[in-house]
Amino acid sequence: MDAVKQFDLAQLTVREVNQYLHHELSGSGAARVEILHPDGMHSIAAGLDADVAVDIMGHAGYFIAGMNKRASVTIHGNVGWSVAENIMSGVVRVKGHASESAAASGHGGLVVIEGNASSRCGISMKGCDIVVGGSVGHFSAFMAQAGTLLVCGDTGPNLGDSLYEAVIYVRGTIHSLGADAREEPLEAADEAEVARLLSAAGMEFSPREFKKVASARSLYHWNADVHQEY
Amino acid sequence: MCGIVGLLLKNRAWHEQLGELATPMLECMSTRGADSCGLAVFHRPLPLEKRRFSLYVADRDYDWQSFHAGFSSGTGGDARLESRFNHATEVTATPEADVRGWLRRSHPDVHLLSVGRVIDIFKDEGRPEEIAERFGFRDLQGTHAVGHTRMATESAVSPAHAHPFSAGQDFCLVHNGSLSNPYSVRRRLERRGIAFETDNDTEAGCRFLEWRMREGDTLEQAIEKSFRVLDGFYTFLMATADKMVLVRDPFACKPAVVAETADYVAVSSEFRSLAHLPGIREADVYEPAPEQIYSWTLSSNLTSRN
Repeated sequence: MDAVKQFDLAQLTVREVNQYLHHELSGSGAARVEILHPDGMHSIAAGLDADVAVDIMGHAGYFIAGMNKRASVTIHGNVGWSVAENIMSGVVRVKGHASESAAASGHGGLVVIEGNASSRCGISMKGCDIVVGGSVGHFSAFMAQAGTLLVCGDTGPNLGDSLYEAVIYVRGTIHSLGADAREEPLEAADEAEVARLLSAAGMEFSPREFKKVASARSLYHWNADVHQEY
Repeated sequence: MCGIVGLLLKNRAWHEQLGELATPMLECMSTRGADSCGLAVFHRPLPLEKRRFSLYVADRDYDWQSFHAGFSSGTGGDARLESRFNHATEVTATPEADVRGWLRRSHPDVHLLSVGRVIDIFKDEGRPEEIAERFGFRDLQGTHAVGHTRMATESAVSPAHAHPFSAGQDFCLVHNGSLSNPYSVRRRLERRGIAFETDNDTEAGCRFLEWRMREGDTLEQAIEKSFRVLDGFYTFLMATADKMVLVRDPFACKPAVVAETADYVAVSSEFRSLAHLPGIREADVYEPAPEQIYSWTLSSNLTSRN
């Protein structure tokens, strides 16, 4: 009974490794799984539902750790599109950069991108927390419904466009806000929330350095008088 | 969906391995498109007066030797033939207009894919692995190459609709995406006497950029203008005699990733197809931003990011 189980994607297919993670992991006694040579392959460690730590040792492709439940997945490199898409719980941590749509539509859990995340980070998020150590690209938190996006660097254009009840905190420069997103004062409860997320992500900044962005809620109700000019 | 790849070798010692390095990039992207495939390769420049004419014919058993005999006598100039199955290159000092005229009159079945001092284009309908094998992509040498694997979404699957597209001399473009206004761009260019060979959206983009360059723009200036003219989703990868240029549409709908080392600049739709490149683990890997022009020049042996 190994506490650490190792797989090499230069020898095995992603499907074989994922089948182990889905079906054979429970009962194997492995508390940690190490995956070597990801080499940009897609869907590694997607669909996990187990108390396990998974380390992906290099740059990985699309849909890494999608739909994650309970597991703690760390990618020691960059990831392609849609890392931790629809995450339900657990932690997904990217040590490098993430491409588009990181943590898209995530319901719960924590997603940490230590580098930059590109366009549409947190699009349609539904309750997860996202912490980005660097900057995010355009249209991040587009139509985000619930949860928190915390950005330690800058943001691209149209941050929080058509935002619902998700809240965004930004330490750096906001290139521009999207429709219906507005800056709001940072209150004591916000500082506590920022401190909680920074601590969970292992990042050291002063919560007071952050700005808060939330929905102005002017798109919540149809207004015939504005002629669709928002 | 389509796949695009490009490799520009800064290290001269690697020029002999261009095909060896670029072909796995292309084959890996067959998962993004397997109905057609193509590659443009840029060689060492010919003498000033000479040009390479890249030729395609449907018949894989085509008799290029008798074509070549006719080419030399018909165009009235010396020529050197390189041929492989249904692709050939004629190298000659005969002016382009004369070659085009002769082809039109004598060999309407032979299609001219590109003209230039350095460029050769290979493309066909079929699986990328099979096309790469047939045309011997692994043996190609040169300074840079751009390639494409196609999954057609907006016009027919045919050899002529495969990428790269070329217009003018020593210029080509591969495209992942779809333009929404290719016909209006095309009508605008046709009024200026620019002729089209297909109804493909990428050809409209390619001819627009080439027209702007003929009007005196640099490729980068032409791309700036294209932001206002071309509408749609696109990642364009372009190459000229001494440059590789990458641009994504303002919404960045289609993917691209860049890897740079001291020896090369590599571009692909997905990192997966770069994973075999030497030194990739230490490379500077990044995603190009929307509506930014990324341009790498060969001649100075330095790269520049704009």
